[in-house]
Amino acid sequence: MQVNSELILLYPMSIEWKNFFQQFPMEPFSEETVIFLNMLSVSLLHDPEVKAFPDVVTFAFFCRKGNILKLKDMYTSSTELRMGRGVVFHIAPSNVPVSFAYSWAAGLLAGNLNVVKVPSKLFPQVDLIVRHLRKLQGVNASKEMTSRMVFVRYDRTSEATAFISAHCDVRVIWGGDASIAAIRKNEIPPRAFDVCFADRYSLAVLRASAVLELNDKRLAQLAEAFYNDTYLFDQNACSAPHLIVWLGSDIGQAKKRFWEAVYRIVAAKYVLQPVISVNKLVTFYRQAVAMDIKHGDTLDNLVVRAELKSLPYDIEKFRCEGGYFSECTISSLDDFAQIINTKYQTLAYFGFSVEELQKFIKSNRLKGLDRLVPIGRAADFSLTWDGWDLVKTLSRVVSIL
Amino acid sequence: MKNINEILETAPYSLDREAKHRLLNERLHELTHHHYTACPEYRRMMDAAGLDMKRLPDYEELPFLPVRLFKEFELRSCAKKEVVKMMTSSGTSGQQVSRIYLDRETSAAQQKCLTKIVSHFLGTKRVPMLILDSSAVVKNRNIFSARGAGILGFSMFGSRRQYALNEEMELDIENMKSFLQDNEGETIFMFGFTFMVWQHFYKKLLETGYRPDFSHSVLIHGGGWKKLENEMVSPEEYKARLNEACGILPENVHNYYGLVEQTGCICMECKFGHLHTSVFSDVLIRRPLDFSLADKGERGLIELVSTLPGSYPGHVLLTEDVGEILGEDDCPCGLMGKYFRIEGRIKNAEIRGCSDTYASKF
Repeated sequence: MQVNSELILLYPMSIEWKNFFQQFPMEPFSEETVIFLNMLSVSLLHDPEVKAFPDVVTFAFFCRKGNILKLKDMYTSSTELRMGRGVVFHIAPSNVPVSFAYSWAAGLLAGNLNVVKVPSKLFPQVDLIVRHLRKLQGVNASKEMTSRMVFVRYDRTSEATAFISAHCDVRVIWGGDASIAAIRKNEIPPRAFDVCFADRYSLAVLRASAVLELNDKRLAQLAEAFYNDTYLFDQNACSAPHLIVWLGSDIGQAKKRFWEAVYRIVAAKYVLQPVISVNKLVTFYRQAVAMDIKHGDTLDNLVVRAELKSLPYDIEKFRCEGGYFSECTISSLDDFAQIINTKYQTLAYFGFSVEELQKFIKSNRLKGLDRLVPIGRAADFSLTWDGWDLVKTLSRVVSIL
Repeated sequence: MKNINEILETAPYSLDREAKHRLLNERLHELTHHHYTACPEYRRMMDAAGLDMKRLPDYEELPFLPVRLFKEFELRSCAKKEVVKMMTSSGTSGQQVSRIYLDRETSAAQQKCLTKIVSHFLGTKRVPMLILDSSAVVKNRNIFSARGAGILGFSMFGSRRQYALNEEMELDIENMKSFLQDNEGETIFMFGFTFMVWQHFYKKLLETGYRPDFSHSVLIHGGGWKKLENEMVSPEEYKARLNEACGILPENVHNYYGLVEQTGCICMECKFGHLHTSVFSDVLIRRPLDFSLADKGERGLIELVSTLPGSYPGHVLLTEDVGEILGEDDCPCGLMGKYFRIEGRIKNAEIRGCSDTYASKF
């Protein structure tokens, strides 16, 4: 078995595909897996180079034994016998450096062999994690695990997608709608299936009174949390809010306070590329043709806000990366229930109770929104993603009667 | 209030800052009112931008439309049946192209404006013209885009015309020789696209060893430097090498800068290598951070205003080019108006995040 030469093997150094595919799965959260991930975590956290990459540090913390055992409690049950499905083929998103690692870890925890296509664009984070995996190859305690994963890099011209697709049991595709359609042209075996993380739309909801009650320090923390949800990944992660919804009274004042605080953080941290300024203006005028909007007060192009008079059904089509927000006011959460479709992924909230949100989801029987998280945690990885329980999805139940 | 035909009677480089400012304010205000009434999309955009139509600001403060909007919308300020010509930008395959709708008046104004500007450099008498391109470009209506339109637009300055390249894009040496013989002693107007001239004329002259004498010629070329930047060719080198290959004097080589969205209103390069705005248009440089006006010598996004567009709202446009103002009314060449330099295209975004809709949307 061979794939054409366009493929770059990042890990291991060489591979006999036939032998690789013939290996057996494991139970979810097997001891070997937990130990291995912990070793990786230790290795990463001891590397001074890693400290420069907060996203890699976060991943290393995710892999720590303590965290994994906590997840084991949440995601396994003593009454159910589960086994990994076999080979999981992960096609990581092309632009987020560390997502490939989370996708891989989820596949591993579910008990699978994993083939991971890392982004074709070069990221130091990818090389860093792969380097530490290579280091673990020489360690005796991880011997069993090291042959159970393959990391590759290739571009669109490669036939590798067709080859690996033909041998996988589950294919996990992260990408925009167009790339998913292109990847799906490659057949997978009859019993295999795709788990797709397509392009999504996300929003944030704030209660005005809660913002007004904050002291300056807490307000700055909220703004920082909002920054991490949005600007940190150029507002281009699926979980980044594009629509900002306000509830309650004194909204004008709350908005002013909130956006001024956000602006201070953005001005201090964000590098605005000239073309993004133009993109925002294009988006604003595109949106102006389709619906009634007003330009929200802003000092410059770092934060651009389109204030809506009403909330149109297709608001999700009018978005721009790099700090562009549509904004509206509603009188109750139920007011925007009718625009929520399957495209909606994350609702980041501030000033709401979990009970309130549960009631909102249940009483409106929503088709979209898979995650409701406090502002600041929109980009957090979880083993439940886009409505999928990844451990359950990537493993199978064995029933014994 | 002057109409466009009266405005076009003005000598193209004759007005000082103050007089030109007054002219532009009057005309651009008039155009803003016209497009606001006649183009619903433009009206919605201006309303959203908060433009007070009762008290229009100085033209330097008028909202500018990014040129990309002409790829997304059919922006028209005249009835469909009045459209006599649609211009498209030369987008690469798969990309959306700009569509510019011209009625009789705007189309005529474009031609007249071009004549005024180019005559300043070529003289008013028509002269033999050598087109440094292939005749296939205008024959094939499918590629009748900015390139074909440019050739046709400039062709009116030629008393007789000869293409330097055959349909296979090869140098047509035989026909060039007889063309030069027939027009011996006359000024020859050469026209072509910056990169085409380099790739298919200059390089082929070197290859073939043919050394025609164009020491009495004027070359006008446009279309952008992007490809030549890749080959690391500076404007100075461009002129010097052409001089070596065919004898054309560097001061007779004029680059021009223009948008398909503002055809006719081109900015010509003077003998000092500066691009000049005529009285029919103006250039403004904006800071990307807040779109405020940049200082002289400060790089920023190029905004172009034009007195011509009546049939589409293209009188105040933000380009995707980066440049800087070099001065106003004081170029050693003597032309009045602002003069500037282009630094190239705005860089594509480097975006993190997981969505790939960017490429398909823009």
